[in-house]
Amino acid sequence: MKPLEILTQALELIAALAAAPLFLGWVNQCRAWLQNRRAPSIWLPYRGIRKLFHKDAVIAENASPLFRLAPYIVFGAMLVAAGIIPSMGTRLPFTIAADAIALVGLLATARVFLSLAAIDIGTAFGTLGARREMMVGFLAEPALLMVIFVASIISATTALPAIAENLATQTLGLYPSLAFTAVAFTLILLAENARIPIDNPATHLELTMIHEAMVLEYSARHLALMEWAAALKLFNYACIGFALFLPWGISTGAGGPLSLLASIPLLAAKLTVTGAALAFIETISAKLRVFRAPEFLAIAFMLAVLGLLVHLLLGA
Amino acid sequence: MAGTPFDLQLLNLCAALLLLLSFAMLAQRRVVILVNLLAIQGVLLFVATLLLAWRTGERHLYLSAGLTLALKVVLLPWLLHRLIRRLQVYWDTEPLLNISGTMLVGLLVVVFAFGLAQPIAALASTATRSAIGIALAVILLSFVTMITRRKAMSQVVGFLSMENGLFFGAMSATYGMPMIVEFGVALDVLVAVLVLGVFFFQIREQFDSLDLHHFESLKESPAFKKSASPEPVRSAQEH
Repeated sequence: MKPLEILTQALELIAALAAAPLFLGWVNQCRAWLQNRRAPSIWLPYRGIRKLFHKDAVIAENASPLFRLAPYIVFGAMLVAAGIIPSMGTRLPFTIAADAIALVGLLATARVFLSLAAIDIGTAFGTLGARREMMVGFLAEPALLMVIFVASIISATTALPAIAENLATQTLGLYPSLAFTAVAFTLILLAENARIPIDNPATHLELTMIHEAMVLEYSARHLALMEWAAALKLFNYACIGFALFLPWGISTGAGGPLSLLASIPLLAAKLTVTGAALAFIETISAKLRVFRAPEFLAIAFMLAVLGLLVHLLLGA
Repeated sequence: MAGTPFDLQLLNLCAALLLLLSFAMLAQRRVVILVNLLAIQGVLLFVATLLLAWRTGERHLYLSAGLTLALKVVLLPWLLHRLIRRLQVYWDTEPLLNISGTMLVGLLVVVFAFGLAQPIAALASTATRSAIGIALAVILLSFVTMITRRKAMSQVVGFLSMENGLFFGAMSATYGMPMIVEFGVALDVLVAVLVLGVFFFQIREQFDSLDLHHFESLKESPAFKKSASPEPVRSAQEH
């Protein structure tokens, strides 16, 4: 392990931790602007997390240890995922531990613990939210795997940094398969992060919420970790998207420290544009009924499989 | 991929988008959008034919590109839109399967078509031979569209999109059919749509709807007594 690799790894983890709430704040700000509202401060997620860390935690009497543990597990899983996903450089010491498929498993672990904690308390809303989350999850996961498989077949590896490096250094061409999977990935990102067509992150309207219903019983530091983990999840998904579909500007092995330095503003620019695009998508679309969610995710799965088939047939 | 020339890449993109459009048709619930999708399919076919003509330098392909533009992009969608307006069938949908199920069936059909096209593509010598599988998939997906729809209007759109798939298949397998055949097919399709337009009015007069489900009953059901047809509907074969 070279010092530069360790530096890259540390930088990525710190960047993910620090920038995730900022990214969420940016998306919320863009959304408010597009909807003709006065935007909240971009630092609002940080203030919320700080406030929550200073409060005393209240836990339901019949909560099991699982309920206390879940926030730490979910947050930890998201942090490890942030370490595996190449956002700035591709030479990461952590990535030997897990490839893209293990990454999907890691995200699934976080989902399982989140849902278990929601059921654990025994309230109706928690159970309802957990069930809906599992429904969305079991439909989104195969689609996400398919998306990753397409990129894996093109670059003949399942390690995410290697895929990003391969795609970044390839000559530019028209890849219909990657275009299809990029659309599929956008749909999955929206569904997995409780964004608008599937769930509304701003609502506390009981009958429609999914993510909010699951964290309803949490307070103080547990809630802070849960919200931070949700922000990290959005950040992670955005970075997976960059690694697969916009890998340009990422620091590869040959680049040295200068390219690592150059990749930081590039990542910031990508995140800015993506956040605005996300807010735009959320503004122009209406929330689907819960029973239409399978249709939405079936389209994502179909697009991903289509990308795979098109790649196999056309080699493009 | 890196070694493929750019025009061939564009052709591949057209082929992939054609396949995507077939799926969009499969998932679409509204007939007006279905017709628009058919028009877009025509545009893609036009672009693909032009690209192929430019690439191979075959003069007759320019002609068939022009024919595609005139017939499939302008005339047929216009005719269909006029029919929809006259028949007032904006909400002509109700697929037999739900959307997710149809998608999965569609995916299986695509896999089948790709497998089927592999030996054919191995025999062809054109640069676009890999697109034969896609053409076959478009044809079969149009079949599925026709099968899963009940209403006459969507079935006609499925039929036309199947013709598009056949055209694309011929193009990618042998750089297009002989000109005389192409003209014949184009004329046939045009006449078919005109005749079917007349048919629609007759069907609606008899059954008060364009639901082909009614054709399945052999006898006149009491529900249709009120439609006051001069002679009873005797059999499905008549239509």
